[in-house]
Amino acid sequence: MSRDAIAAPWGTRTPYGRGEVWPVRVDMHLADGVTEADVDRWVQSASILHSNGDALDIAVKDGRVVGVRGRGEDRVNHGRLGPKDLFGWQANRSPDRLTRPLVRRGGRLVETDWDEAMDLVVRRSQDLLAEQGPSALGFYTTGQLFLEEYYTLGVVAHAGVGTPHVDGNTRLCTATAAAALKQSFGCDGQPGSYTDVDHADVIALYGHNMAETQSVLWTRILDRLAGPNPPAVVCVDPRLTPVAREAAVHLAPRPGTNVALMNGLLAEVIAHDWVDHDYVERHVVGFDELKEQLATWSADRAADVCDVPVEDLREAARLVGTADRLLSTVLQGFYQSNQATAAAVQVNNIHLVRGRLGTPGNGILQMNGQPTAQNTREAGADGDLAAFRNWTNESHVADLARVWNVDPMTIPHYTPPTHVMQQLRYAEEGSIRFLWVQATNPLVSLPELHRVRSVLSQERLFLVVQDIFLTETAQIADVVLPAATWGEKEGTFTNVDRTVHYSGKAVEPPGEARPDLDIFLDYARRMGFQDKDGGPLVHWHDPESAFEAWKECTRGRPCDYTGLTYDRLQGGSGVQWPCNDRSPDGTERLYVDGAFWSAPDYCESYGRDLVTGAPVSQTEYKALNPHGKAVVKYARYVPPHELPSEEYPLQLTTGRTLYHFHTRTKTARAPQLQAAAPEVWVEMSAHDADAYGVAEGDLLEVASPRAAVQARLRVSGIRRGVVFLPFHYGYWDTPSGHEPDGGARAANELTVTEWDPCSKQPIFKTAVARVRLLERGDGTPSAAPSTTASRSVRTGPPATAGGPAAAVEEDVRARVAGGAR
Amino acid sequence: MKIGMALRELHRSENELARALLEVSERHRVDHDVFYLGRELASWSQAHVRALADAGSRYDVDLDPEPVTGQGLLAAARERWSDAVGRDPRAALRLLVDVREVYTLACGVSVDWELVAQAAQGVRDAELLALSKACHPETLRQMRWANAKLKESATQILVS
Repeated sequence: MSRDAIAAPWGTRTPYGRGEVWPVRVDMHLADGVTEADVDRWVQSASILHSNGDALDIAVKDGRVVGVRGRGEDRVNHGRLGPKDLFGWQANRSPDRLTRPLVRRGGRLVETDWDEAMDLVVRRSQDLLAEQGPSALGFYTTGQLFLEEYYTLGVVAHAGVGTPHVDGNTRLCTATAAAALKQSFGCDGQPGSYTDVDHADVIALYGHNMAETQSVLWTRILDRLAGPNPPAVVCVDPRLTPVAREAAVHLAPRPGTNVALMNGLLAEVIAHDWVDHDYVERHVVGFDELKEQLATWSADRAADVCDVPVEDLREAARLVGTADRLLSTVLQGFYQSNQATAAAVQVNNIHLVRGRLGTPGNGILQMNGQPTAQNTREAGADGDLAAFRNWTNESHVADLARVWNVDPMTIPHYTPPTHVMQQLRYAEEGSIRFLWVQATNPLVSLPELHRVRSVLSQERLFLVVQDIFLTETAQIADVVLPAATWGEKEGTFTNVDRTVHYSGKAVEPPGEARPDLDIFLDYARRMGFQDKDGGPLVHWHDPESAFEAWKECTRGRPCDYTGLTYDRLQGGSGVQWPCNDRSPDGTERLYVDGAFWSAPDYCESYGRDLVTGAPVSQTEYKALNPHGKAVVKYARYVPPHELPSEEYPLQLTTGRTLYHFHTRTKTARAPQLQAAAPEVWVEMSAHDADAYGVAEGDLLEVASPRAAVQARLRVSGIRRGVVFLPFHYGYWDTPSGHEPDGGARAANELTVTEWDPCSKQPIFKTAVARVRLLERGDGTPSAAPSTTASRSVRTGPPATAGGPAAAVEEDVRARVAGGAR
Repeated sequence: MKIGMALRELHRSENELARALLEVSERHRVDHDVFYLGRELASWSQAHVRALADAGSRYDVDLDPEPVTGQGLLAAARERWSDAVGRDPRAALRLLVDVREVYTLACGVSVDWELVAQAAQGVRDAELLALSKACHPETLRQMRWANAKLKESATQILVS
């Protein structure tokens, strides 16, 4: 059957009951006029436009991508695809792809060849290394390359250049997930599995609008909700999201009060003694301290701080405290908000005191935002040491030096890796003079854009941008390197629940565009990086040999890939790490029976002070946790630094919509997606809209102490006193190109330069704001989608639909015996 | 009995630490984590000052319950200076000097809390001992923060 995947983004229900296998439903979209029979070949891959890891096959006809089809046998999606999966591929063949390298001459970017462009990059690198040393060079990568590329980049930056200035835009999406897991379990690595949805009787989503950010995982929950014995959903979100609409309890706290909320929930759990004391005794340290500190908290106090109904908070506590099988998921509402890590850690604490981690249905999913963010983290392209080795453990550094065959002094481990906001500061003061940005767009995605533009456009900074389009950031670069993307190169990547997928090359990249891996290999060769015996430091030459090198790096580490090969991944569909001799079929859930990776000599991190961010020392950690248990840590609530005032009476929160990804470089070039959410809007509650005398479609100015943007109003189900702006909309498709000309529209013009002390994740969700009417609407509604959290609470705006161009074939099949789990 | 003297000295050193943290915060507002955490950590010392004034009254010492605040014209001037020199690498060296001062002041406060705790045990003043147990760990966290910030920044500042 056919459906409109814009109007009905989650598709047809295939209900199932607790403990049953999620039915298969294969979704497919092919270019207009192409049928399944016309397709020359199907190339195995997975989605690159969110973190869910939906497995799909790419349809190729006459050397061009003509569509996609979900992989019914895959454990992640059982054949389903979300709107971005179904339509996003069209961006690959957009006529404005970068096809030749560009260099700046006389203030303008002009086309050149690879030799000249790479020569410029290499000469500048070598000059700065000679003049200042590695501290002059920084690398800012992404969550959208492949594993093999991140690993190569990590080796190049850490052991070749030798700089600690390495980070990814995962800092903006998933740094807090990693930090929270390190705090609680001593190591990154997702404890849960998507199959926990099949078993859970309570699913708690903390600041996680899953319906829009991981739409296929939400489909799995919708199918449970439509089946027998459905789970109860607990939703924490200031907006009336699709998740909130399905929730048994919806808590919409005041922005910035997540820690207070979590302390209230934990205080209730402990007051009712919904605690597994035996588990805590055997597997957890820190419980007595937690309990003592929580004595000052109660449901009443938390409800007061968060401004939520106390009976709702109590009911939420009862649900998470008494669930037989509790699945918790966390995302940007926590990660990009005040006290990010502290709040996310409290979610882990709930699971640890309830003592069921590692059993079906009792998972934690500290979510990622991007498709390959997990690889950025594990391969060290976010600055961490490869394969979850510990920066502050000399034996780990020595072991990595053995793998790379370099002197341990080569690897810069004297300081924590420099996160992107600090890199920006070093560039501002002039000590970072070379910044190589790959597949990310800081001129739209970082906070306080005026400052970002002013720092990155300095004459004294040499800016290299490697991307597939001339983004806002590429427009101000000194050198632009045209990259190949998904479908044009081979590699592997790993989703939120540790599922590794193979992604094949379906078509040739356009013009002279090159795979990111080839660019890094070329740089390493030209730079002449050597190991300590004079051999090439980067001794691999293609994706598969890079994968094999990575496998050796992971041997014996938590993210052990040694049981995987390209052949194996191509023969099947998606395997969860660790996969090795001991777990040849992969590992569904971590931390079964309280077996953690937190022993002092094995753990990735000793943790940090949740308020100051100061690292815990090896000695302190050994005293605290000598036997490698899980750690529960109390966090004191600290109010956000910007609070509403007479001048700025509102709070601003930013976020995403279902139909776009990041700065719309791909999704705006997919006609169905762009039409579904064509321009920026601002959301206010009905109460606030009435108070300000403004209505749907009115043009408003939203101002913070830093800047102002213009957007048309959508009256939505958002909490009173809070305004929302989607962060996707920059300037590349406006006449001004990379910056505002007149009315600004990028939400990050308004956000504040501040980050979580622990995870260093910027805080996008607690700026203050004021609004004023600029111009009455002419009756035309704002461009906000009606299918999502931006749904109007008033009548008037038409329903979002995609029409025939958004038609998707759905094949709801009988259950596959012994099929995907 | 000289407990009053020890309390007076601790009250003075906590105030000095608060003042130093506030100054660091104001002077380095373009180093955003220093700006925010400086103020946050100063508020801990300010709370200690209030608590010490309360404790002092039991030992016949009159301690001002109002901690230093760092507000005023001078502070505003320092903030402007900070914005103006944000692109001058010499400001980075000043950061090391300033955070080093915070670290050494916090070490002094830590020792003072130890002296007070010892005295409190000697006179069996459970209330004063509890105060020390509540406040001293925060001093240690202030020290660790300053130490971590120095380690994190030193290489870039000194080799660039």
